[in-house]
Amino acid sequence: MADQDTTQYIVSTNPHAHSGASVQRIMLDVIIALVPALLLSFHYFGWHAVRLVTVCVVGCVVTEALCRKLMGRDLGIFDLSAVVTGLLLAFNLPPSLPSGMALVGCIFAIAIAKQLFGGIGYNPFNPALIGRVALLVSFPVAMTKWHAPLNAARWTALSWIDGTTTATPLGAVKTALATNQTCPVTWGNTSMLNYLLGNMSGCIGEVSALALILGGLYLLYRRCISWHIPVAYIGTVAIFAAILRIAQPDANMPVLFHLLSGGLMLGAIFMATDMVTSPLTKQGMLIFGVGCGLLTMIIRRWGGYPEGVSFAIILMNSITPLINRATRPRVFGRKRGTS
Amino acid sequence: MDINTILITAGAIGGVGLVCGTALALAAKFLAVKEDPRVEAMEEILPGANCGGCGFAGCADYAKAIINDGAAINLCAPGGAEVLDAIAKAMGIEASVEEKKVAVVMCAGDSDKAPRKHLYNGVADCTAAAAVAGGDKVCRYGCLGYGSCANVCPVGAIEIKKGVAIVHPELCISCGACVSACPRNLIKMVPISRTIHVLCSSKDKGPVVKKACQVGCIGCRMCVKLAGDAFEMDGFLARRNYDIPVENEGIVEKCPGKCIIKRGDSEDPAPAKPETAPEQTEGEASETKREG
Amino acid sequence: MKAIPAKFKVNGGIHPAYHKELARDKAIENMPIPALLSVSMSQHLGAPANPIVKKGDSVLRGQLIGETAGFISAAVHAPSSGTVKAVSEAPTAMGTTAAIVVIEPDGEDTWIEGLEGIADWQSTAPKTLVEKIAAAGIAGMGGAGFPTHVKLSPPPDKPIDTLILNGAECEPYLTADHRLMIERADTIWVGCQIIRKILGATTVRIAIEDNKPEAIAAMEQAMANAEGDVGITVLKTEYPQGAEKQQIFATTGREVPSGKLPMDVGCVVENVGTTLAVWDAIVNGKPLTERVTTVTGHPVAEPRNVLNRIGTPYSDLLAFCGGLKGDVAKIISGGPMMGLAQPGLDATTTKTTSGLLFLAPQETQTFNSMPCIACGRCIEACPMYLVPAELSQMLEAEDYEAAEELNVLDCIECGCCAFACPAHRPLVQHMKQGKSKVMLKRRQAQKK
Repeated sequence: MADQDTTQYIVSTNPHAHSGASVQRIMLDVIIALVPALLLSFHYFGWHAVRLVTVCVVGCVVTEALCRKLMGRDLGIFDLSAVVTGLLLAFNLPPSLPSGMALVGCIFAIAIAKQLFGGIGYNPFNPALIGRVALLVSFPVAMTKWHAPLNAARWTALSWIDGTTTATPLGAVKTALATNQTCPVTWGNTSMLNYLLGNMSGCIGEVSALALILGGLYLLYRRCISWHIPVAYIGTVAIFAAILRIAQPDANMPVLFHLLSGGLMLGAIFMATDMVTSPLTKQGMLIFGVGCGLLTMIIRRWGGYPEGVSFAIILMNSITPLINRATRPRVFGRKRGTS
Repeated sequence: MDINTILITAGAIGGVGLVCGTALALAAKFLAVKEDPRVEAMEEILPGANCGGCGFAGCADYAKAIINDGAAINLCAPGGAEVLDAIAKAMGIEASVEEKKVAVVMCAGDSDKAPRKHLYNGVADCTAAAAVAGGDKVCRYGCLGYGSCANVCPVGAIEIKKGVAIVHPELCISCGACVSACPRNLIKMVPISRTIHVLCSSKDKGPVVKKACQVGCIGCRMCVKLAGDAFEMDGFLARRNYDIPVENEGIVEKCPGKCIIKRGDSEDPAPAKPETAPEQTEGEASETKREG
Repeated sequence: MKAIPAKFKVNGGIHPAYHKELARDKAIENMPIPALLSVSMSQHLGAPANPIVKKGDSVLRGQLIGETAGFISAAVHAPSSGTVKAVSEAPTAMGTTAAIVVIEPDGEDTWIEGLEGIADWQSTAPKTLVEKIAAAGIAGMGGAGFPTHVKLSPPPDKPIDTLILNGAECEPYLTADHRLMIERADTIWVGCQIIRKILGATTVRIAIEDNKPEAIAAMEQAMANAEGDVGITVLKTEYPQGAEKQQIFATTGREVPSGKLPMDVGCVVENVGTTLAVWDAIVNGKPLTERVTTVTGHPVAEPRNVLNRIGTPYSDLLAFCGGLKGDVAKIISGGPMMGLAQPGLDATTTKTTSGLLFLAPQETQTFNSMPCIACGRCIEACPMYLVPAELSQMLEAEDYEAAEELNVLDCIECGCCAFACPAHRPLVQHMKQGKSKVMLKRRQAQKK
């Protein structure tokens, strides 16, 4: 009989049941959601995409392990968050970026933006975005060398990236505006299809809007993200773009162009929704999404950079604590705002 | 880039620096807060550990209290006799030097001697563990070993060895933080020269104690018989009267409960880097699987 | 009179795996009187009762063995006839110690004489009825143990218009109330009418979750000829619909203000088990000496709903259910969400022991907690609309002022947040510690 032998029973505070959720499971779901975009990135950019993804994932995991060991803490890599950061960082890089620079980005993302603040849960900014922005500011030329996808030699030679640079759609628009020309990018149904599927130049993971949306739907189904941030973000961009387009058709691209080009889908679905750096409550998430959308469009239209997603999200990350304070729910049995 | 640009830039930045520097220097001189020089002198005397043992918010606060509010001058335990002397001299008061006190955890029931009654899973903190089903040790008075005392010790003098806390007396600065941290009030401040202790705090009767711990006090009163006033009984628990030294150290072997132990420098030398908290497993403040 | 779905629902809450099929179809069985009955003097909220018997005394079933000690306290009665073996102290299920009276039953089970019911309770003054309930030592049997006679004596400036009977039993595994409603619906209804008479309530609602269709049907039948504004509210099955504040909101749409009681919104909630005890006390004059406990869990050989005497050792309860057929990692007194984990089977049943649950090793886990990843699942789950993520971080940092500002005292310790947390943080443990520290600070501040 169990009560007569020396069995020790587990004693803890309630509850004694658990939903089975775990951080590892959430991270695994994010990785699964990124698989469509991952496969398409390989398809469009060949070996260079494979190289970058491998370097970033391994680089992030090893950096995290080393940092934790040096700090005298447990290894911490088994929650898979470093793998997710590595993947997202790789998705934000152009195919021609040298591996050494990618590694610098990994170190920045994990050691500085995450581990120095205390590890997972304590970082105020999205680590992958900090890594990308650090690279952009440190190596501006290498980080803005773009290539058209589906190059014939992409699986047979690594050298195909030499000398075949092209501008991203947003880059072309920015150059044109700077020289007072009307927006030069031809925009028709073929363009839209290409942008949706990913047949455009850009960072290896951001090109295919369709793959990213599929991933987003999977995340919604698995309840890893809620619809609030992506919808608020993309919706704000759409409305802002529509207003601009109506006001000045010559200087502004159509709404769909803004939605499908650049890193908007990647940013809105995978980066802005990062749990640690986005607000806790649903109202807070809506405010966050709207803020990201506004900043993105402002930077795209009037800022110095052609793409505004990374900076917009990082800026909104910095006011997430304020948003959290402002959007605390009304406690049951209390009037709003009292304690 | 011609030389003019460089000169102009350097000159502009240098000029701004000069203006700011001058402004700061003037402010330091004319807007300085007048500090009582005696308070500053007192701050120099105090050790500067800011441990809060005196009951004030750091050494600067205590210095102010001594000079301005007439606070007692013997509150700085880490400073010891040296600092007390210096303060007394500065204030022109006589000071009686008391012997330095160190903290001692009155429990020796480690994992070899005192069994656990259940597997506690929860916050790795003694107060938290004590609140769940009365603590996971069979002895409901004993040290739980989750390190609440070790975590508050400002100098890392407390080591958790085999599931009980042990204070390294040579590292202890007598601030008393550990005394209030222990949820079972096991830690007492004891004069440093007294090395013989009754390392048990169980008020249970002998047979109950025997089931709970191999080195618990069984209330046999042998120590009172053999060593007289150095020990006194508090119900079924023997306690040390630290005013009186133990003449014959043989009492340690004679105690049937094996709860009288000699703790001192020779017995527990401080290791190079004492572990001050239970081994950190995956994750932070938490899981508490007991193995050893 | 039909059952109507609840019009309101409190947000938050979780849907754990229920496993009620283990015992829901097992009719209530009476277990034999154990060899020893250890009756605790602290089976209710408030001051523990004072034992009035000593070693060697002979007692009869229903005899008063513990007197109330203050306004919020309850009497304790001998659950069977026998001899008092000891009056000592023993650890309670919560880890504190309380006086305990150990009785060795003589097997005769003789009731004390002179127990009389009030046949015409319909025309008796409420005060008399409440006194009889107090004399019967009834406390809230749903788990809280609040002395019933205190609950049924609201001050005159707090009129009660709604009586709610709590038949929700939202905890997984437990089926005691479910069986009581199926088997004793008529008596529960009479008990309900008694309580309605005492309170003078005009509206009566029996709140039952929709995973108990048989119970709903049984109560519908029992109340077929009921008069007045009487009805059954069917609650959507979710934990914690059985929590008092949440149930009042779901049934009536009224929110009990923070720090206040249900009587402040004109409501009183009583568990169906307590209602049955009230019936027994008023109609038969019998004090509370037994209750139904669900002994369940996959390692239990024959899960049952056991009618047992107060003070029955857990080991005897388990033996009556055929013992164990598998390994056990955790023993819980109550349900898995709010029950108390037990270090062993040494404790005995009390007036509030609704269940004894055994969990196999594969159904339990020991957790390592991680830092909060701000996923927000705890906020979605919290039925009091708190922010457990922020609260637990403040409490970990021992910032009790900030926790008080964030309304830690409103936490009902239901466990929904910790259930949902992917970082496996010990949220409820933090809340409990925080609440006790904040209450201590308040008491100390008041003393000054």
